[in-house]
Amino acid sequence: MKKVKVYVTLRESVLDPQGSAVMGALHSMNYKEVSDVRIGKFLELQIEESDRDLDTTVKEMCEKLLTNTVIEDYRYEVEEVAGK
Amino acid sequence: MKFAVIVFPGSNCDLDMYHAIKDELGEEVEYVWHDETDLSGFDGVLLPGGFSYGDYLRCGAISRFSNVMSEVVKAAEAGKPVLGVCNGFQVLTEAGLLPGALLRNKNLKFMCRTVGLKVENNETQFTSAYQKGEVIQIPIAHGEGNYFCDEETLARLKENNQIVFTYASENPNGSIEDIAGIINEKGNVLGMMPHPERAANDIMGGSDGLALFKSIVKQWRESHVSHA
Repeated sequence: MKKVKVYVTLRESVLDPQGSAVMGALHSMNYKEVSDVRIGKFLELQIEESDRDLDTTVKEMCEKLLTNTVIEDYRYEVEEVAGK
Repeated sequence: MKFAVIVFPGSNCDLDMYHAIKDELGEEVEYVWHDETDLSGFDGVLLPGGFSYGDYLRCGAISRFSNVMSEVVKAAEAGKPVLGVCNGFQVLTEAGLLPGALLRNKNLKFMCRTVGLKVENNETQFTSAYQKGEVIQIPIAHGEGNYFCDEETLARLKENNQIVFTYASENPNGSIEDIAGIINEKGNVLGMMPHPERAANDIMGGSDGLALFKSIVKQWRESHVSHA
């Protein structure tokens, strides 16, 4: 069993108004050194062993459903999960 | 002409759409549940607004994989008129039937009011009953209506006259080039954030949306009348 952590963010070319609002708040709290805030999503998938290649499957899932590649970028990490 | 109004779990403008077709236009219309697998008996498909699947993950992302969506794709390929309003527009972009995507409104607020819409292209089967450049009053109600596409796509939209509606005076959501509605290259799939079905009778506060549905029916009648 694997745990796959998927991080989704808006593409750099896409404005992130939530991120801008949060950065504004941080600046008003005197954290002026913050130069950018991007807000995204974090998904955790538990994936059983199968004959399908894990990377291929995860990329497929990300590109078909988990993200919209017109506006979002993703990256993921794979962790080993100790057997139940 | 017989319309299908697709109903997803969480659709909430399906009744308004049904009413506009049945009571204002006097055409045939049926609700079609999202797990149906046949749209062959219908001449046109309407994807209503709402919050299908609670907008989970992204607006339209989950609905796009409903059974009925492969039928909607078939209907679009067959050249039948397909109209997506609000959440319906979001579903059409997620399904790849229209380019681009709808982002969160720039001001992060849910915008609910009547806006002026400029008819940029009246040479479509959805807008032939309007004048080019005419400004119509149509309600909007959305939190994710900020249309976005890359520059290449935008250039193509302009070149092919695919931008059908723009916001006339104020841009309520930050959408690129004030875009409120676009059509596919073939000219039979229209997506728009504003709600023409909510402006179908003066008693609703306005009837500027009715001409959109009349345009669809007119085109259909003209292409289905026997020339014998």
